[in-house]
This record gives sequence, structure tokens and C-alpha cells, in this order.
Amino acid sequence: MVLDQRFDWLARAHSVLQAATYPVELAVSSPIEAWRWLQNSLASRDSLEAENQRLRNRMRDLELRSMRFDALAQQNAALIGLRHSLPPVAQRWLPADIVNVQLNSLRQRVLIDRGSLNEVTAGQAVLDDDGVVGQTMHVGPWSADVILITDPEHALPVEIQRTGLRTIAVGAGDSTSLGLPYLPANADVHVGDILVTSGLGGVFPPGYPVARITEVHKDTVQPLAHVRAAPFAHLDTDRDVMLIWFRHDSPASPLAEHNGELTSGDRRFQPLAVPPKPQQPATTAPTATAPASVKKSAAKAAGAKAGTAHKSGAPAGKPGAAARKPEPPSP
Amino acid sequence: MSGSSPSLAMLKSVIGALILTLLPLPSWLEVIRPGFLALTVLYWSIAAPRAGGITLGWICGLLLDAFEGPVLGEHALALAFLAYIGVREHQRIRSKPIFQQSLIVFAALATYEVVLFAIDGWSGHALTTPVRWLPTLTGALIWPAAAAILARSYRPQT
Repeated sequence: MVLDQRFDWLARAHSVLQAATYPVELAVSSPIEAWRWLQNSLASRDSLEAENQRLRNRMRDLELRSMRFDALAQQNAALIGLRHSLPPVAQRWLPADIVNVQLNSLRQRVLIDRGSLNEVTAGQAVLDDDGVVGQTMHVGPWSADVILITDPEHALPVEIQRTGLRTIAVGAGDSTSLGLPYLPANADVHVGDILVTSGLGGVFPPGYPVARITEVHKDTVQPLAHVRAAPFAHLDTDRDVMLIWFRHDSPASPLAEHNGELTSGDRRFQPLAVPPKPQQPATTAPTATAPASVKKSAAKAAGAKAGTAHKSGAPAGKPGAAARKPEPPSP
Repeated sequence: MSGSSPSLAMLKSVIGALILTLLPLPSWLEVIRPGFLALTVLYWSIAAPRAGGITLGWICGLLLDAFEGPVLGEHALALAFLAYIGVREHQRIRSKPIFQQSLIVFAALATYEVVLFAIDGWSGHALTTPVRWLPTLTGALIWPAAAAILARSYRPQT
């Protein structure tokens, strides 16, 4: 257990076990799926037409809303000083079905039917059409556990859209509420404010909708405000979700965890190597009577070169140490 | 011993218990769902201590860990411990009337839950809701029924 907790040695074993239990999970979920399938296939023409109409309307609304999105994105890119238009941050997405099993009654977890064979990795963002759902945790070959944002162990870096105030949303243990326990009592927060991801933490890129604030209690004697929010994602009724892969060269992508470490800083901002000293050209040797001194200066130059090479080797080695895998982000 | 090995019955009951564990239920039923796998392991370690015993507990625990545990091996350890209690005390438990058996099962399940609770806490995934102790109670309550059903699948030769 300690090995599993501290290192990733047992990740393989976990994945094999997950594969072994997947048939059982599918078997448990199959009667419910079969019932749904039956309901779907017996759905009447009227209800299908009504649904079609509804989807059409929704598509029209979304198209109207996204019409000016491209232009706005370009404008925004120019405003924040990026000359080229940004590539979309989401590179690839994959729909996944939620397998209808109860993983753990006390924790908010679900099982989805995509695994490492679909290139799913641990710590991947899971969204639905309204907001953030959670992130993947244990990944088997055909299935993956998803920890929902409402799990009491899940903490999500968010910001309040209206003010840009950043804080952390922690799951409250039931599928309808999130807590914001770290807001001071004088924070500018109102009921109805919208929380979006802040892009910190390395899993979600900034700007995805998370929740709406439903409850704010400010007690003058308490240093912290008591704030609750309701997630946008339909965590208890969802049947399919989206797995997203993000483009890492996009400036809007979530900052990867191993880029920076508090002790050694960001790898890109390491001090530069000392440039090699310009070698003294041999032609500047004053007289022909000093071959020894020329040799000496050449030796010095060579020594200096070796020294700088050594020095430039050091920072190159340091990021290696900095790239040491940090503790996986505890969800 | 007339060749009727309990291993087939064991396998069936373990699969049945896994299914019951995974079955989605409404949330009010969800919190009182007893640990079916723990009951099954306990029953087999009392009824057929030499057939499954601690190994059975360990394997079932690993299966449970694959979809439930925050760390691999948590349920494996706890169920192995539960099986140990069952195997060690099987003669004393068997001779008791069913009501007293339920009380003993309650104590055993409470021990099992304490082990889980301790591991949860040590590994930093602590869950302190009082709700987590409810399955212990319901497990002890359905023990007579579970034991009767399991006894039909295999009768221990004493």
C-alpha cells in the first residue's frame, strides 16, 4: 500500500486488476443498459421528432453564440500581445459512456468505458456539455475511474469570472454542491457569480465553466466566508461525458506540473551559461620571441574554454534534477 | 469429506457478492448497503476454514481494491484480517445460535471497518463521515439471511 501510495510501481498491477474486474462491472451495468436500449428503440415517433426539434433549436442557438467567437478570439489574442492567432487549446476529444455501477458509496467516483487503449492517461480532464465533471484517476486498459469535482478529496483551482478572484473549490461529498472554504470574509463574492477554471494545477485549461455560487454567508467574527456553489455539470444524471486532450504548445494550455519546482524554479528561466571567452587570436602575439607566452595564453584559453564548458554543463544538468518527477497531484 | 469441494460455491458467491456491491442503488439505500463481500468472506472462513481462509479474503480484497480503494491493497489487508478472525474463531462462532452469531459478526465487521478507516487515514484519504459505519450495522442485521442463503449452496462437514 505504501508502495502504491508513494510510487507508481503498482500502477501496472492496478491496471491489470481493473481490466479483470471490468467484465463484472459491465455485467452489472448491462441490464440497465438493456432497459435503456429497449426504451430508446421503442420510443415513439412523436417524442423523437420533439427531441430532434429541440436539438435543432439548441444547435441554432449555439451557432449564433459562437458566430463571433473566432473574431473575438483573434482580437483577444492581439490584445494580450500574441501576434499569431492561438490554436484551439483542445486538441482532441473523445466521448465516453459512464458505466452504470456504484464504485464507492462514500466517494464521488464514476467509471467510464475508455481506458489506456484509447490513450487515456491519469489526470485527464473530463467535461460534459455544461461544465467540468472531474478528472481520471486510475486507468485500466478499457476503463477508467473518474473522480468527480464534488468528491471531498477533489480540489479544483477556480476563479470568479466577474472579479478574477482565484480560489479553490472543494467537493462537498454530494453531487450537487461545492464548497469554497478559502475565501476571506471580505471577498467580493455574490450569489449568482460564475466560477470558471483558473488554469492552475495542470489539469484544466482556464475558462471552463464549473459552478454557480448559490450561498454566501459572511459572519463578522469568522475570518473566512462560508460559500457554496452548484456545479453546472449534471453529475448525477450524466450518461456520457467528454475526455479532452489539450495541446501543450498552446499558451492557454494548463501549465504542466513538471515545468516548475519551487526549489529550482522554472526550467526556462535558469541562469544562462557563461558565454565562452573569445579566444585570443594568435596573430596578436606581440613578438616572435615569445612562443612560450603564446603557448601559455593558448593553454589559458583552452583552460578557460574547458572551464566554461564545465560551467555550461552544470545548468544543463540542473534541469535534469528539476525534471525529477514530482509527487502526483493529489486529487 | 465426500469430494464436494466448496470452491465452486465460493466462486459463485464471491461473484454474486461483487455484483451486489456494484449494483447502482438509490442514494438512501446506498449508504446502508452492507459489505456483501466481507460477509461472504466471513461466512466461508467460518464454514470452510481450510478451503479458502485468508487467501480467499486477500483475493477478494484485491478485487474490491480494483474499483474502490484509494490505495491498492487496502481491502486486501482488511479482508485478510477479517478472514483470519473467522478462521481462528470458527468453531466457537459455529456453535452459537444465530442471534449471537450476528453480534460476533457485528464485532468482526467493526474491526474490518476500523482497519479500513485506519488505512484511509494513514494514506491521506480520510473519510470521517459517521455514515461509513452504517454498513457494519446492516451487515450484522442481514447476517442470518446471508448465512442461510450461503449455507444452501454448500453444507460444511464438521
